[in-house]
Amino acid sequence: MTNIKEPKKYEVIGTRPLRPDGTDKVTGRAIYGGDFEMTGLIHGKILRSPHPHARIKSINYDKALELEGVIAVVTADDLPVNPDGNISIGYSRGNILAKDKVLYVGHAIAGVAAIDPHIAEEALDLIEVDYELLSAVMNVEEAMDSSSEIIHENSFMKEFGEMTVTNNNIDEHFQHKMGNIDKGFENADLIVEGKYSTVMVHQGYIEPQAATALWRTDGSLTVWNSTQGSFPDRDELSNILDIPISKIKVVPLEIGGGFGGKIPIYQEPVAALLSKKAGNPVKIIMSRKEVFESTGPTPGGYTWVKIGVKNDGKITAMQSELAFEAGAYPGSPVGMGSLCVFAAYKCDNQLVDGYDVIVNKPKTAAYRAPGSPNAAFGTEQVIDEISQKLGIDPIDFRMMNAISEGDRRVDGPKFPVNGLKQVLESMKNSPQYQKKLKGSNKGRGIAVGYWFNVGLQSSCSITVNTDGTVNLIEGSTDIGGSRASIAMQAAETLQIPYDSVNPSIVDTNTVGYTAVTGGSRTTFSTGYAAHLAAEDVRDQMIKRASEMWGVPNDSVVYSKGQFSSDADPELSMSFKELASQLENTGGSIAGKGSINPKKVGGSFAGSICDLEIDPDTGKSTILDFTAIQDAGKAIHPSYVEGQMQGGSAQGIGWALNEEYFYDQNGIMNNSSLLDYRMPTSLDLPDINTIIVEVPDPTHPYGVRGVGEANIVPPIPAIANAMKRASGKRFYNLPMNPPAVISKLNQDL
Amino acid sequence: MKYVDYERPTSLKSALDILSEKGDVTKIMAGGTDILVKLRVRSEQPDLLMDSKEIPELNELSFNHDTGLTIGAAVPLYKLYADADVKKYYPALVDSTTIIGGIPIQGRATVGGNLCNSAPSADSIPTLIVLGATASIQSSGKLREVPVSEFCTGPGSNVLKSNEMLVTINVPAPADNSAAHYMRFIPRNEMDIAVVGVGSYVKLNASGDKFESVNVSLASVAPTPLNVTEISKFLSGKDVNDENIEKAGQLAKEASKPISDMRGTAEYRQHLCSVLTKRSINKSIERIKGA
Ligand SMILES: Cc1cc2nc3c(=O)[nH]c(=O)nc-3n(C[C@H](O)[C@H](O)[C@H](O)COP(=O)(O)OP(=O)(O)OC[C@H]3O[C@@H](n4cnc5c(N)ncnc54)[C@H](O)[C@@H]3O)c2cc1C
Repeated sequence: MTNIKEPKKYEVIGTRPLRPDGTDKVTGRAIYGGDFEMTGLIHGKILRSPHPHARIKSINYDKALELEGVIAVVTADDLPVNPDGNISIGYSRGNILAKDKVLYVGHAIAGVAAIDPHIAEEALDLIEVDYELLSAVMNVEEAMDSSSEIIHENSFMKEFGEMTVTNNNIDEHFQHKMGNIDKGFENADLIVEGKYSTVMVHQGYIEPQAATALWRTDGSLTVWNSTQGSFPDRDELSNILDIPISKIKVVPLEIGGGFGGKIPIYQEPVAALLSKKAGNPVKIIMSRKEVFESTGPTPGGYTWVKIGVKNDGKITAMQSELAFEAGAYPGSPVGMGSLCVFAAYKCDNQLVDGYDVIVNKPKTAAYRAPGSPNAAFGTEQVIDEISQKLGIDPIDFRMMNAISEGDRRVDGPKFPVNGLKQVLESMKNSPQYQKKLKGSNKGRGIAVGYWFNVGLQSSCSITVNTDGTVNLIEGSTDIGGSRASIAMQAAETLQIPYDSVNPSIVDTNTVGYTAVTGGSRTTFSTGYAAHLAAEDVRDQMIKRASEMWGVPNDSVVYSKGQFSSDADPELSMSFKELASQLENTGGSIAGKGSINPKKVGGSFAGSICDLEIDPDTGKSTILDFTAIQDAGKAIHPSYVEGQMQGGSAQGIGWALNEEYFYDQNGIMNNSSLLDYRMPTSLDLPDINTIIVEVPDPTHPYGVRGVGEANIVPPIPAIANAMKRASGKRFYNLPMNPPAVISKLNQDL
Repeated sequence: MKYVDYERPTSLKSALDILSEKGDVTKIMAGGTDILVKLRVRSEQPDLLMDSKEIPELNELSFNHDTGLTIGAAVPLYKLYADADVKKYYPALVDSTTIIGGIPIQGRATVGGNLCNSAPSADSIPTLIVLGATASIQSSGKLREVPVSEFCTGPGSNVLKSNEMLVTINVPAPADNSAAHYMRFIPRNEMDIAVVGVGSYVKLNASGDKFESVNVSLASVAPTPLNVTEISKFLSGKDVNDENIEKAGQLAKEASKPISDMRGTAEYRQHLCSVLTKRSINKSIERIKGA
């Protein structure tokens, strides 16, 4: 269902063609990270810490090297030293191979390469590591207690932008302030507050991390991997291995999901070091247990929210404190969470404090709108509580306080044109919301959420074939159908059919710098670059036509796929006809487009959830669900809907069952897909979608990236539905059956 | 995974010979859905893997109105639950076997493997127990019959000796006015291990208002599948009513000795014992009345 009011004005954009990579993917022919083969390939495995926090006293791998079939072993000693003491590179290297301390269960310690993966695995048992155990710090409350064991002994807390001399487990404390918070609360008729906690969860991509590295004797390094960004990987490899980017080529293979988790690299530098020692290409594929324990999940932590409101429903003050687990090294998404926590609401008095907290868990990475779901789990429940207390419809209450263009965000910038109000309006008018929900133990919850479009660099080139088709060369790895959505924009600009554009995703030596497939940026930025490259081709073709015809360049018009000239109405040629003439009129044509867009808009999303709780078992069943999102302009509506449904599915899993379940020893007990409990198809309802289109004026086709905001509202929408079904407010995730039963039995 | 030898005997005799010779370093493989996982994570490291799927006796699946059902230890679940007699006379076995794993698992996995793996959470064992099934266990020169209720001795351990193998599971013929049912609780709707599982067998009197005998067996709440004999004692001869069934739920809760783990807390599991026991007994009664 699409909410498009304007008349159709595009030929290709807005249609739903097949993706070019589809057949190879469903037939198993596509080459993913693990499928890569090469002459002389050997296999690597990684020894990982069994302890959450320990000092490494010694590592002895002599016996491993003696095992028949083992070719090389590497440890942190094989990484370059850190002469200038760059802390952030030190942290990056430390996460690749632990040097003096292991900081989480699963922390890599040594790599082994052998002629087959089974021998490499056996060799891991032969490596002797002597540990001195330290006490583990497993959550933000513990870590923020000044008596907790310090994880990074030589680092200091940054506070309000400045380095302090405090050595604790808080890496940074920051604050955003607007107006007068005390006055705001004084003016309120009603104040609601609550502390909402979430736990660590994983993106759960289907394909485990897989990479092959070949370090040649000339010092050049090639890496074939499954990645969200080959260029950022190249930069990171250069930093970690201390070799120039010109010596590194990253070749992206097909990727089986990432959701942010395949932005960082993990085993690539280990494979490279092993290859350097062995002289062979080395392939390392993670197991699912390694994926859970040793890659980057998204943090747990808390979001405390306090909101004041007038009886008429106007918000007067909003305050929040967010503390998120960074994992073993700094860099939780608390910064982004703090910008999203009140993004949907206009209020002059705001105060937000954020804490980036180090704990003995894997270093967190991006996961779909990182930080925003954790924040919304707090805000959207407090907002719901207020609307219930004031007796105002929860959509109406949000509409009354919704931000508009020009309103300020808590950290200062003004909101550009956005679709929040249109999203709310579509929610209200949706078939699901219009239907009454009847019966006991049932409830309906709604929520909204925000996420940015990051912009960032993209490059494309387009070459013209003599048969009138074009080759589109791009650097964005295709996770969610971006080959199609980018090719469609090139086709639209070139005024040629979609299937006349052949997209290829190439390595870092073959296209201009392209940032990650992430940050809701690919269809926006790489699509924009493709549009620019297409315009370049078009302009060169116009010039060629003018030369062939001997008419002024500015008399040539290109419309509906036909070149013509104002100078002579007889002159006319199709794109295909002109393409066939290129050889004799000056040679082939290649166009290029590069962009680094600034001030890009973002996307608001909403969820409506109807659910039923079994009061005996505590199990929640989702009866009906609608996802609503502003896509700016939906280039390929099926893939927009796919993103909305995918984000909703992940949000539902996060809300109801997913969690890193740790025992008292800091060991994750459920590092398998059997026990981690992501939703299966039987756990999900049909997810209805409503695409809202409020174009982003900074993009030629109005695109807004839709990859992320859709995971934000499902979690609080489910919590709000559970409140209305059970009368109980849920302050902790996951809201799984045991949690529901113990909640229902409270105050009995 | 460590390198391992592989044999696939085609007769019971050669299988038993292998076991007499090197049973202590051999693991038997039926569907492999437990054992292969264990080899992969190296929690089992046998020298020899003996595939049992080509042994004729282990592939028997037959029903007889007098002697009941014989399930060969290598019969895959999908064959069992598609069998017309099993569907008609043993719907509780269909309850159990259609929820083990998903379609690909059911194509390989066996009830024999489920029993010999002896997990407290195994979904077929409570059903076999309440139906009064026995296990035929064979070694070179010796056959013995063990009631399934006495088969498991702890998490992952059972009465089998290293030179023995399970050949068949034998389920008695169904009695009049009786029916069984199995249900488990999982937070998801598939692909999960029972937080609690309950098998119930109910036999009513001819007029259907009194319990003649009731068996209830629980999964995932003790080191072995638990046979709640207290319920059998309490309900036999009692009226079929909510109050008595409520009490049966309470007895199940009291008999359970669950632990807290990632799949659920002990408290929650005890709560579920009562909820599911009531539901399962009611389902068995519905089956009798619907028949
Ligand atoms: C993804 C997945 C989901 C699962 N879901 C469930 C579930 O929902 N419920 C559930 O109960 N289980 C589940 N399991 C576990 C498993 O599938 C079952 O226990 C299955 O019934 C085992 O049967 P199998 O034939 O594959 O056993 P195998 O792995 O072949 O054998 C299991 C054990 O029995 C021994 N054994 C096999 N045959 C004999 C014999 N004839 N004599 C002596 N010993 C023997 C083996 O040596 C081994 O120790 C699941 C497993 C997986 C991988």
